Amino acid sequence: MIKRRAFMQRIASTTSGLAVFGAVAIAWGTASVAQELHVLNWKGWGTDETFAIESFKSATGAKLVHDYITSYPEVFTKLRTNPGYYDVVILNAAFVGQAVAEGLIDPVDTPKLSNYPNLFAEIRESSQVKFDGKPFAVPWIWGATSVTYDTNAFPTPPTSLAVLWDPANAKKVCWRDDPEDSVRFAALALGQNPDKPEDMKAIREKLRALKPQIKAFWKSEDEWRKLFAAKECIVSIFWSSSTERAIARDKLPVSYIVATEGAIAFRDTLVFPKGSRSRELAQKFVDYLTGPEFYGDWRKGGGAPVSANAKVMEGLPEGTLSKKVLATPEGMKRINFKGPLSDAQRQSYLDLWQETKAYFAQ
Amino acid sequence: MGASGSMRLKREWVGYSLTAPAFVWLCLTIVLPLAVMLYFSFLSAMPMGMAKPTLTLGQYQTFFEKDFYRFLTWRSITLGLYVTLTCVVVGYPAALILARLVKGRWREAVLLLVVLPFWSNALIRVFAWTMVLRTNGIIDQAVQLIAPSLSLGILYSYPAIVIGLVHSFVPYMILTCYISLQAIDDSLIEAGQALGATNFTIFRRIILPLSLPGLCVGIVLTFVPVVGSFMEPRILGGPQGIMLGTVIEDQFTEVFNWPLGAALSFTLLALVAVIFLVTSPLLRRGFRTA
Repeated sequence: MIKRRAFMQRIASTTSGLAVFGAVAIAWGTASVAQELHVLNWKGWGTDETFAIESFKSATGAKLVHDYITSYPEVFTKLRTNPGYYDVVILNAAFVGQAVAEGLIDPVDTPKLSNYPNLFAEIRESSQVKFDGKPFAVPWIWGATSVTYDTNAFPTPPTSLAVLWDPANAKKVCWRDDPEDSVRFAALALGQNPDKPEDMKAIREKLRALKPQIKAFWKSEDEWRKLFAAKECIVSIFWSSSTERAIARDKLPVSYIVATEGAIAFRDTLVFPKGSRSRELAQKFVDYLTGPEFYGDWRKGGGAPVSANAKVMEGLPEGTLSKKVLATPEGMKRINFKGPLSDAQRQSYLDLWQETKAYFAQ
Repeated sequence: MGASGSMRLKREWVGYSLTAPAFVWLCLTIVLPLAVMLYFSFLSAMPMGMAKPTLTLGQYQTFFEKDFYRFLTWRSITLGLYVTLTCVVVGYPAALILARLVKGRWREAVLLLVVLPFWSNALIRVFAWTMVLRTNGIIDQAVQLIAPSLSLGILYSYPAIVIGLVHSFVPYMILTCYISLQAIDDSLIEAGQALGATNFTIFRRIILPLSLPGLCVGIVLTFVPVVGSFMEPRILGGPQGIMLGTVIEDQFTEVFNWPLGAALSFTLLALVAVIFLVTSPLLRRGFRTA
């Protein structure tokens, strides 16, 4: 009798043990079935919009897992320190060459991307993204960093970068806390080539002259939005598409210009990091991102950058700010697409910018 | 004797085995990353990609070559002094009242209020301050109830950084001082009173010396992280927001120059260590005279 009870107890404990093990195994199994796609991008830069996450999940069943950057060099830090983790990564066209040279990304398998042939040929075939005849990046979007202003404070829109240095706007100017843009805009204001500035001394002085002007710095779109919403500043260097978003979504009284001296433009591409485990899924996601469905939804939520897909742009309404201000023949003439910078240049720009900020704090 | 000896040995082993996980964990999470960073600080470049780094003292040399690094180091240290001093001025009396005057349930309730800020994320607390301090923010609106045309606009200034950091660190000061203060034996104070000492003398000769260890720990726990802070200055300081901490952050996030970032961090660490080496005999003398 005692033996029997002991036997029954053992059976019971074994069964419950197996049940727990089974439950764990099932949980493990379902977890591995729900595939993840690791995306590295700026925060609030399209891929992490709710519609994109949901639409991709319903199409593929896969979950998008985002990680964010605050500068493009950070992409390199993340790809070098965490190889194989990311599946789809955003990269400015100017940085693609460096990523190829370091062997961080794979060539694009173009036949797998249905939207690839529709991308603007000038951008698709650019020497910034094609190496030895092989494309290494899928052009995605472009836009400009230009001057954004408060329409209440400026009934007549400003035309020149001089507005940023105008004593009338002292303590009312916001500036992007970014060494590269700081140097490029000072170069533009001085009439120098923003890609290859010849007189760094003059640029140093021009940046120092901003001291009485600056109210605050911003690094992300969200920081800029708070500054303008609270009327801390009335004029700033800023991204064109984010201005459109601020108008559409936040109803902020702002607009932007392509200054007579010019604007700095970016071309963002999507790249496939070496060693990524979900290549097929990554290709599906990139194809979705470059297609009309994604861009249409992004625009609906308020301003999006300019698509690199020619077919998508054909369908854009005439009244949009990017068509009126940016993509005009005159606007296009004044746009400088960012060229690549060497590590030494980037370090020297950072040193200069830190020295300037230290001067501001004195 | 033998039995008690083996008992002691056994107890020691229990002690070791119980503390071992904590030590291993500390070694893995603090010592190891720091050692790697120390190694990086002597490299000419990051040992990744195509770079072929060599061993060099160049990164440390950079610190002495550029004036603004020294200026910013001084700025970070003065910020540490301001914040620590304010934390002492605010935190010590609060801890004193809490430990000596507030009793029972009230004490528990106030202590809970002191640690309440720890329940929320540090970044959220800083952003909350931007809402309070900005032009036409909560403080401005309160001021405008009395003087309608007045706007303080404290945000994006040096005081804003100090306010944000004091708010973050004052709980440490209160807690460490409180622990020292509440451990003071009441009979010592009663003896002082019986011998005719004034309240001030009791504070100066009994309470302050006996609570010094807690105060010192509070000072260290505040000063060290504030000197290296970068998030609060950047978000609250505007053009005043640059510190050595933000410059170090930029080396890691803007240009991938970990060696220079690491060298700057260790230079700051060394300076802080020197500051404490110089000041600790003074504090110890304070103990002895007490």
